[in-house]
Amino acid sequence: MKKNSVKAWFKSGSPWIWMNAGAVSIAVIMTLGLLAVIATRGLGHFWPADIVEADYQVPGQAMKVMAGEITQIEEIPRARLAASGLPVDAEGGEFMTRELFKVGNRDLYGSDFTWVVGEWLSNQRTPENLTAFERREWGNFYGYLINIKENGQLVAEGDAAWGALQERLKRVDDLHAQVVRLEKRDIGRINAGLERIRLQTRKLELQGKLTAEAQADLAAERAQWDAEYKVLETELVSLYQAFNRDSATVRSADGREIELSLGKVVRAYQPNAMSTTGKLGFYGSKLWEFVSDDPREANTEGGIFPAIFGTVMMTLIMAVIVTPFGVVAAIYLREYAKQGPLTRIIRIAVNNLAGVPAIVYGVFGLGFFVYVLGGSLDRLFFPEAAPAPTFGTPGLLWASLTLAILAVPVVIVATEEGLARIPRALREGSLALGATKVETLWRVVLPMASPAMMTGLILAVARAAGEVAPLMLVGVVKLAPSLPVDGNYPYLHLDQKIMHLGFHIYDVGFQSPNVEAARPLVYATALLLVLVIATLNLTAVYMRNRLREKYKALDH
Amino acid sequence: MQHESHSHGIDISALGRDKQSLSLASETVAIEVPKLNLYYGEKQALFDVSMNIPKQRVTAFIGPSGCGKSTLLRTFNRMNDLVDGCRVDGEINIDGKNIYRKGEEVAELRRRVGMVFQKPNPFPKSIYENVVYGLRIQGINQKRVLDEAVEWGLKSAALWDEVKDRLHESALGLSGGQQQRLVIARTVAVQPEVLLLDEPCSALDPISTLKVEELIYELKSKYTIVIVTHNMQQAARVSDYTAFMYMGKLIEFGDTDTLFTNPAMKQTEDYITGRYG
Repeated sequence: MKKNSVKAWFKSGSPWIWMNAGAVSIAVIMTLGLLAVIATRGLGHFWPADIVEADYQVPGQAMKVMAGEITQIEEIPRARLAASGLPVDAEGGEFMTRELFKVGNRDLYGSDFTWVVGEWLSNQRTPENLTAFERREWGNFYGYLINIKENGQLVAEGDAAWGALQERLKRVDDLHAQVVRLEKRDIGRINAGLERIRLQTRKLELQGKLTAEAQADLAAERAQWDAEYKVLETELVSLYQAFNRDSATVRSADGREIELSLGKVVRAYQPNAMSTTGKLGFYGSKLWEFVSDDPREANTEGGIFPAIFGTVMMTLIMAVIVTPFGVVAAIYLREYAKQGPLTRIIRIAVNNLAGVPAIVYGVFGLGFFVYVLGGSLDRLFFPEAAPAPTFGTPGLLWASLTLAILAVPVVIVATEEGLARIPRALREGSLALGATKVETLWRVVLPMASPAMMTGLILAVARAAGEVAPLMLVGVVKLAPSLPVDGNYPYLHLDQKIMHLGFHIYDVGFQSPNVEAARPLVYATALLLVLVIATLNLTAVYMRNRLREKYKALDH
Repeated sequence: MQHESHSHGIDISALGRDKQSLSLASETVAIEVPKLNLYYGEKQALFDVSMNIPKQRVTAFIGPSGCGKSTLLRTFNRMNDLVDGCRVDGEINIDGKNIYRKGEEVAELRRRVGMVFQKPNPFPKSIYENVVYGLRIQGINQKRVLDEAVEWGLKSAALWDEVKDRLHESALGLSGGQQQRLVIARTVAVQPEVLLLDEPCSALDPISTLKVEELIYELKSKYTIVIVTHNMQQAARVSDYTAFMYMGKLIEFGDTDTLFTNPAMKQTEDYITGRYG
């Protein structure tokens, strides 16, 4: 009887349904879990945590006062602490707590983070006027504001100092924006101009056309640029002077006083005194900084805008290259090539190409695109720049091309499937009206296959945007001095190296001198990478659905 | 003139029309097939077919499945060229010219010899764009000309009144019967000389079928129409002449009345009386 009912249960198909549903739930849970982990770890980093001040007494040593953010608390066995040479009591529970303090003040203490034993901390407090100073160098400073000076003269002290500080920080912020604009845009333009003149001179020289007349022209032009530069230079010097005018005297928790030039301070805040809404506002501005600003301090602070920009730019150029290429190849294979052993072999080869490890494409890209193609381009079109390479060095174009090769098989396969699905009746309908094969292709077949092409593009983008390994060889760097798009001719600099979110994760996580500070950024960057790829994909999916609606095939 | 209903139960006066006494010999020839053989690879599909299809008459091809009637129809606009391994031996003369000669413009031929298929196959475009498709292919883009062609084409296909208010909506929103009439409209819009209909009603309901049949009767005055059908009643209703094919051979070809009432060949009689097929 029992046996029968089990058998009946199996026969009913429920175990099969349970198994399938289980597989789906596991997949969903894993995806959501992954997103949840990177989201919480990454996004938590920007929340202004309370700064804790506490007395720290290592047995047998003098007591000292320390202040900072507690970033991690863990339980570890007493024996292990003792083994590491700390004067731990033999008595007591099996476990002790260990806390990771972000104490900042790297210029004073040598490192931002320190592990302390929780049991030895006492008198923990969160004084409202304990301030965090975010600096352009040396990381955060935690301490108390004593006074504000202008050109060395005391201007505010005590309670008035905080207000004066915020006011002056705003001024410094404006000045900083001006300096950046001057250096990046105006002086960048002059540099581009001077470089152009240098290359032009060299070109004329190589062609043997550098007459005295041409030389004079170029010299005049150069003089003009130089004059412009002189003006900007004086402006810049005065800006820098104004920039470094103010300073603040601050005292660390253990009583050391230092002078902070306000030009070096990005922002100052007192998290202990902030309300929840204040904290939310601060959180928002930090998040915005993260996605919109340049990185600072070896990529461990500031934003990652250049990496976002580089990733999107590279993916878009890749898409622009890969779509026509893959579609044309698929059309030939499906519509024109005689179906036989040769086309079958080509199809197998294309499918296998999709399975080649990405790094192999990177090696190919470096060997062929960069050195052979780029080198030839340099010899043919940019001899004046030699020996400095123009295209004969890793850069945006080569990175995009390498990814395009890597992604072209998926576009070919998807487009071919789309073409194969167009009903024969529609092609015949067009031909029967006197259309030639090409006209039928352009007017009926290709529009109807466009959703399939978009599917190919979506798969290509998904594959290419997350790829890192080949990019390290063909054009992605840790820190690119400028974006590949700017206001200087030719506006889109395909020869420039770029930053990339995927590589940024690797760099911040594994190549950073300040591992503790960088760890949350790894998660935040990973989350952003996922978001960028999801956005690119969703855009493509949206476009595909529009096309599908427009060209939906006959269903009856 | 009323026909007596005879033993086969086929009423050729279904549309209530008069049939003049017809004679193949006295008709003008539109399509001349002297002697045609056709092969799919090794397999021969048509054997020594010879026939003259009369101008501005409806000619029906009947016969059991696989007898080669669709194959023969598709040779008239060289649709068989699209089939891999298809080889035609012989000639077909339209307007006195062999359409299988070297240098024949196949696209131009297909404009002159239009074709409507089994399943309605409108393009996933608007009704308007479906009708003007053939004209745009010819490079005609003046709005006035296209507008006129749309109205004329849709009126010829008896569809104008049903769709005149939604010309720019998708053709896929039409019913099956409307779609088939749209396909006919789009075919006549390029003003062909011959209309080939390959089982045009097999995917339609009876009412749509009736409409298409009425339409065929209307169009007869302007076009030479060749229709392939499985439905003998339909052949009897719409056609002036009927060809019976069997196993790739043309068995009998004559005026519809005679073929259905007094077939010359035993095979024809067996088929129309339902003994096989």
